[in-house]
Amino acid sequence: MSQTIDYQKIQRSTRARRILGNVIIYASLILWGLIVLFPFYWMLLTSVKSYGSYNAEYVPSFFTLSPTLQNYVDAFTTVSLGRYLLNTLIFTLITTAIMLVVTTLAAFAFARLEFRGKDAVFTLFLALMMIPNELVVITNFTSITNLGLRNTFLGLILPSVTSVFYIYLLKENFAQIPDELYYAAKVDGTSDLRYLRRVMIPICKPTLITIVILKIIECWNSYVWPRLITDDPNYYLVSNGIQEIRENGFGRENIPAMMAAVVVISVPLIVLFLIFRKKIMAGVARGGTKG
Amino acid sequence: MDYKNRKGWLYLLPAFLFLGAFMIYPLIDVFVYSFEEGYNSASQTFFGTGLYNYSYVLHDPYFLQAVKNTLILVIITVPLSTGLALLISVALSSIQKLRELFQTVYFLPYVTNTLAVGLVFMILFKKTAYSDGLVNLLIQCFGGSSVDFIDGPYWAKMFVLCFYTIWVVMPFKILILTSALASVNQTYYNAARVDGTPKWRIFTRITLPMISPMIFYLIITGFIGAFKAYSDAVALFGTDLNAAEMNTIVGYVYDMLYGDSGGYPSYASAAAIILFAIVLTITCINLLVSKKHVHY
Repeated sequence: MSQTIDYQKIQRSTRARRILGNVIIYASLILWGLIVLFPFYWMLLTSVKSYGSYNAEYVPSFFTLSPTLQNYVDAFTTVSLGRYLLNTLIFTLITTAIMLVVTTLAAFAFARLEFRGKDAVFTLFLALMMIPNELVVITNFTSITNLGLRNTFLGLILPSVTSVFYIYLLKENFAQIPDELYYAAKVDGTSDLRYLRRVMIPICKPTLITIVILKIIECWNSYVWPRLITDDPNYYLVSNGIQEIRENGFGRENIPAMMAAVVVISVPLIVLFLIFRKKIMAGVARGGTKG
Repeated sequence: MDYKNRKGWLYLLPAFLFLGAFMIYPLIDVFVYSFEEGYNSASQTFFGTGLYNYSYVLHDPYFLQAVKNTLILVIITVPLSTGLALLISVALSSIQKLRELFQTVYFLPYVTNTLAVGLVFMILFKKTAYSDGLVNLLIQCFGGSSVDFIDGPYWAKMFVLCFYTIWVVMPFKILILTSALASVNQTYYNAARVDGTPKWRIFTRITLPMISPMIFYLIITGFIGAFKAYSDAVALFGTDLNAAEMNTIVGYVYDMLYGDSGGYPSYASAAAIILFAIVLTITCINLLVSKKHVHY
């Protein structure tokens, strides 16, 4: 009799402990979630507060009853946010497109073709992955300046194309395709380029999409190179644009309009992320670095 | 055979041109620059060669300030963010419900523009004439006195910089650690459960050793990333980081290269090479330590 009571007691206490443990776990996870989400909430909230009401609040309120879109209108009319967005879009699309062609060709050569010096070149490429951008940016800055390419898209794009890591990633994927397919295609008289286009690219589409998305994120957020190479606001990308807006845009005090600009800049990537969530996270886990 | 050779190189040619022009050549050139004394970027002439650039940079108070800031940032953010990411990942992998939702939310900072979201942090921490800012109001709620985190005392500014840096780097670390935790073979846990091993012991004797390679990978990339900190600081304190006493080594390199204090590619090169040497040394030390402690 006393044994069953003991058993029940033990069972009850372990259950209580498990519930308590779960509560602590969920509470701390929610806490970190709030820390992550709060800045996003705050920028959305501030961006729909009117200029007057924002500045009248000594203690900022956590919601607003009279949301306004005036700040968004200001963001596009008072400063050239539209121009910055367009520039970034052009820059991102062209850079990613060139990167894709260059990377695919190089990865194909490494994975599929046989030629003298292949291993040596591949080792060289791998070694280049370890070179930090800060070392090469100085000379790139001088060469682009000397070529007279400051404040041009060409100057922005050219040094941003190269990504050794993506070549490596794609080469690994290409190499997994069985050789038999290649020989069969050769017997049928298919050219290499056609084989690449019709067989390898469709098979490796997931990896290609991952690379493209990672590159888009990288381009959209790039700050250092565009800052060095552009001083004409007509060629600013969003990162420089927001810095410009902050320093001489609306006047330092118009924070709601500034936040509207921040929302407009952040939304495209967040939407992209929500659509391709699984692909992006898998891609970053395989080789993204930031921080 | 010759045709085959030519074809291989033809496919490689575009990649080779880009890498040669914008990586290999600059890599050699940066060392050349760093030894050219008195280089003038307008006339492209220099007086002589030697180590003067290095000695100038090492004696420049701005550079020393930048090194100090960077070191503090590294020492605070790398252990804190890795530890915090480990806690969160362990918590994440112990739950079933809502796990995907949490993972998605936690990853958001990765896809945001550092400069843009930095502005939000600035507003949250900044003290202005008409409002003390949200964080200061919170501090006052708990009975503290408010500080200006953006234009105020050094440690307040350093705190915001560290806080923002951790906020930015966490997604990557959580992602890596959760996938590392998910890939630990379940048999070990089942065996431990059969033996009635306490949870803490399971964690220190099974989980930690199994994911130790990934932890060290994160520490190494964390060190490298934190040493290269720059845009977080710009986002919070504006482009004139020297005036804010918040410059970083990378910031110093860019300031020397371009902007109001710019036009000195030689000093910039010397500073960049010093940075590279520091990072390389620390990475090597990390690798040596990890050889001793990591279980493969």
